[in-house]
Amino acid sequence: MILIIAEQRDGKLNRATLEAIAAAQTLAGDAPIKAAVLGQSVAAVAQDLSTAVSEVLLVEHAALGTYTPDAFTAAVQQIVASAKPDYVLLPHTYQTRDFAPMAAVRMGASLITDVVGINGTGATATFVRPMFQGKLAAEVRPQGDGPRCVTIQIGAFRADAVKRGDAAKVTPASVDIAPSAIRQSPEAPFKEAKQAVDLGQAERIVAVGRGIKSQENVAVAERLAKAMSAEIAASRPICDNGWLPMDRQIGSSGQTVAPKLYVALGISGAIQHLVGMKGARTIVAINKDADAPIFEIADYGIVGDLFEIVPALVSELEKS
Amino acid sequence: MKIAVCIKQVPTREWQPRMNDTRTWIREQDASWELNEPDAYALEEALRLREKHSGEVVVCAAGPARVQQVIREALARGADRAIHVEDDALASADASITSAALAAAMADERFDLVLTGLQSDDQGHAQVGVMLAERLQIPHSTIIMEVQVEPSTGSGQPSTGSGQGGRLRVKRELEGGWFQWIVMPLPALLTIQSGINQLRYATLKGIMAAKKKEIRKVALPGGLAASQQIVALTLPTRSKQTEMIAGAPPAAAKELVRRLREEARAL
Repeated sequence: MILIIAEQRDGKLNRATLEAIAAAQTLAGDAPIKAAVLGQSVAAVAQDLSTAVSEVLLVEHAALGTYTPDAFTAAVQQIVASAKPDYVLLPHTYQTRDFAPMAAVRMGASLITDVVGINGTGATATFVRPMFQGKLAAEVRPQGDGPRCVTIQIGAFRADAVKRGDAAKVTPASVDIAPSAIRQSPEAPFKEAKQAVDLGQAERIVAVGRGIKSQENVAVAERLAKAMSAEIAASRPICDNGWLPMDRQIGSSGQTVAPKLYVALGISGAIQHLVGMKGARTIVAINKDADAPIFEIADYGIVGDLFEIVPALVSELEKS
Repeated sequence: MKIAVCIKQVPTREWQPRMNDTRTWIREQDASWELNEPDAYALEEALRLREKHSGEVVVCAAGPARVQQVIREALARGADRAIHVEDDALASADASITSAALAAAMADERFDLVLTGLQSDDQGHAQVGVMLAERLQIPHSTIIMEVQVEPSTGSGQPSTGSGQGGRLRVKRELEGGWFQWIVMPLPALLTIQSGINQLRYATLKGIMAAKKKEIRKVALPGGLAASQQIVALTLPTRSKQTEMIAGAPPAAAKELVRRLREEARAL
């Protein structure tokens, strides 16, 4: 049996959970798939999931209303102990990253994170995950006798590929979480500043990465953005350096975009960036390193010096 | 405050990994190495906290002898001493083994605060920090953007010991531009997000001083079982058929613009 740990926020299921179910359907073979929904007043989420799995475990507890790693670890450990799944699948979100390694240690489980592909089904399956900043892919096999936990990278499986059937039963599952076991006190989530620009609405985006080398050079990319009627954006290190404001950041910690055209300048293509832009319809990559992972998802690629190619592009665009 | 920073030595970002003969790990002899970038931010944060609250910064690493390079670098940047769990088997160890190796070497030190980077640039499990917290039986939080320490003892008291209590208030990054403050008691472990601070680099004086600093070597405990095995490393498969455009910059630019207009209809 495969158990999905669903993720919801404010009673809304996230898309990454559906992608994890799609992955589970690949992995399952004939084995049943169940899902556990953790939270408080989350019965609607459980109903949502009931057509995609054979049973939903509704795990409601006051301590699960606001996420903490301690409460989620305690809950997952108890659910896994009673449901005894062969695999536990989770979406590879920040929340999962926060508690799954803790839960794995407590359960004596193996934990394979950031999975982008599954070979085979059932007990003999192997899992594909990026290593070395996406420059290599590793085929990995879980070891040991404990439950096998696997986290599924965002965008690696298609949420709309989930096979649905009749609504399965929703079974309440009780867990025991002592208030004293929860050591973190979270405050309400907030946004730093009003986002000046919603890159999600942009038709075209020109994005810069480490290859731009200095703040002064960002102007090179801005000229191209202007010539293409595009918004300027960046990978995380550029915003960390303050070369562009944080609200221009694309990737797991920034905005997720799917424009008509995405031009990546000097961006190597670390997975944290790719999850934010690989939905773009046409991707252009310009990079001096022919082995950069960005080329794996690009429609058009130019290997070379962006400081020569970008000005040439600008003058070509300005010709007509 | 007694602060530990866990660091890892990883291949440089520029290096295109080459695989060993069995295709289960990289050819280490071909790699050049550097301090894992997220760990550099964790180290910097520890040094800043020491400047503010006094105390000691201890770098902790698990890996083969080559790891001394980044340990010396961390000492040169200002860490006070180091603990090195040294074993060739740690070169490609999974997060379960690495965290167990670190926990065994660190437990008796009773650190007030343990910092790690949020993930490594090599295997990138993003698990070691959280697993280490669980093995040390201390609370944790991940992907931290700001750290405030509220000691419980009187201010200005230089602390050399531990177990002094106090609490942390930390800013955790959520997805999509959201953040959250979290309060937890010390001792605790945090995984630090890159970009939390501006890094300092080693001075000549620091490099000289580092040579005299203590690196305590610890053997890898026996009986640690791997939780996963690398069956094969491969070059990633392309999800798209990339049209590579060659030629001198003006010609390549002209061809790209033509294709974006006529084929992709993206301009």
